[in-house]
Amino acid sequence: MGAGSTLLAYLVAGVFFILTLRGLSSPVSARKGNMFGMVGMAIAILTTLVSPTVQSYAWIVLAILVGAAIGTVIALRIQMTALPQLVAAFHSLVGVAAVLVAFAALFAPESYGIGVVGGIKTASLFEMSLGMAIGAITFSGSVIAFAKLQGIMSGNPLVFPLQHPLNAAIAVGMIILIFWFSSSESYFAFYCLAALAFLLGFTLILPIGGADMPVVVSMLNSYSGWAAAGIGFTLENSLLVIVGALVGSSGAILSYIMCKGMNRSIVNVILGGFGVDAVAAGDTATGDRGVKAGAADDAAFIMSNATKVIIIPGYGMAVAQAQHSLREMADKLKAEGVDVRYAIHPVAGRMPGHMNVLLAEANVPYDEVFELESINHEFATADVAFVIGANDVTNPVAKTDPQSPIFGMPILDVENARTVLFVKRSMSPGYAGVDNELFFRDNTMMLFGDAKAMTEEIVQAL
Amino acid sequence: MASDRVVDDMEKLVDKADGIVESGQIMASQVGELALQAQAAGGANEFWYLFTIFVLAIFVGFYVVWSVTPALHSPLMAVTNAVSSVIIVGAIIAVGPEQFSDSKLLGFVAVVLASINIFGGFIVTQRMLQMFKKRTK
Repeated sequence: MGAGSTLLAYLVAGVFFILTLRGLSSPVSARKGNMFGMVGMAIAILTTLVSPTVQSYAWIVLAILVGAAIGTVIALRIQMTALPQLVAAFHSLVGVAAVLVAFAALFAPESYGIGVVGGIKTASLFEMSLGMAIGAITFSGSVIAFAKLQGIMSGNPLVFPLQHPLNAAIAVGMIILIFWFSSSESYFAFYCLAALAFLLGFTLILPIGGADMPVVVSMLNSYSGWAAAGIGFTLENSLLVIVGALVGSSGAILSYIMCKGMNRSIVNVILGGFGVDAVAAGDTATGDRGVKAGAADDAAFIMSNATKVIIIPGYGMAVAQAQHSLREMADKLKAEGVDVRYAIHPVAGRMPGHMNVLLAEANVPYDEVFELESINHEFATADVAFVIGANDVTNPVAKTDPQSPIFGMPILDVENARTVLFVKRSMSPGYAGVDNELFFRDNTMMLFGDAKAMTEEIVQAL
Repeated sequence: MASDRVVDDMEKLVDKADGIVESGQIMASQVGELALQAQAAGGANEFWYLFTIFVLAIFVGFYVVWSVTPALHSPLMAVTNAVSSVIIVGAIIAVGPEQFSDSKLLGFVAVVLASINIFGGFIVTQRMLQMFKKRTK
């Protein structure tokens, strides 16, 4: 295969990848999009296999078969609630792969046509070190994100003294090493750079709290793209550059959307430590104010007499695995002629769009599920807002109290509904550690108990 | 004398030949310099070509990703993860040579890891997308 046809094949693969992302604009076209992605990947791999530098196939085929077997088993077995940690783990693999390819290019530059050992072009060295460093940060950062999401490590932000000066020092050290390596091709500099980059990944993600994980996972998604692009520049491979740019910008947009959903700046999230002060603040008096508590029967009665019910699921619902009984409840209500909809806050799950997947898994039709902007005005006409496993995202204090840590965060206006039902274990505040004013309102009824057990009881009562 | 003329002619010819060799050498060195310049320019062009592609692809990514419905942000993340494993092409080239080397070993590990990602990423995306169903009436 000549150079021209290789480039053409890479271009075709790149176009397929763009169509993959494009397909995700609607659930109808998304499956076809995913197929395009697989075709693009197959074209990319086959094109590389027939290139003249590849002479022996046994090891390559073996490696692909091993990877395919592991990947397939994992993907088929994974629970949808564990999706965020799976994605974090996958990101770490892209990071390692980028590091390994950078090292391979350093040890055998002639395979890639970027020079000979000891005489690699300066530009290639620079790109190589950059790609490797971003890959290493992606790897170690994703490992921490995985550990926090999986519960191996506490979700609390791990703040340590001199955190910011330390990170800054590491970053400066890395920049010096990158220039040293680019001008000398010193292996020692490259090893040191790798070590520092791994370290920076750890120290960057450790101080970030569990509830900020949607941002972190999106950010690492972005990094994995930039790492691929860096390697693409090193190897002078147009496809890697295209893909790196696509993935990098995709992850950046998701991080931005997640930050908006929490009204936090990306800088604020990266600096970390959020939730430490707030948890302390949460201990302050729930007060002696009375709340109205109800039983499953009451909830069933109110909802079956309603014309319109909006369900607000939060991560607590997913933890309790209540989505299936929730859908049963909705089915029963629909059978009685009630209009049932779901309202999803942008940060409802542990990664962007997580809640949508969990509901879809419970066979909730996607055209009953609405995003915040498209459903918020409908609460005024709703008879019941059924909040299950969510708290902060409904708290009106985000609009009224500039002192509140969640002030400015977009919220679901459940307060406008005629009756608000809260399924909750206790009166404890949410992640942000703020009391929810809504609990004490006259039109609110608290349903204390486990989300799944409570929903099942309601289903019984209906 | 005829033989003198022949010697004269031959000397002139040798002179001419010397001149030709000299100018040939000059031309050769000029060609060499030009080639070096062209190579340098070519190397720089290579970077700018890639950079152009890079910037344009960022813009394409930006607009395409904004059009992704928020409901499918999880599949988006899973599929971009699978797609970014196209880094496997770099790893395959490292495993390619016949003889065994450090870089072949590194490449081998990278191909395994990238393959886990490719198969895992696309399959889990497919699983998610299959769950998204419309209301059945």
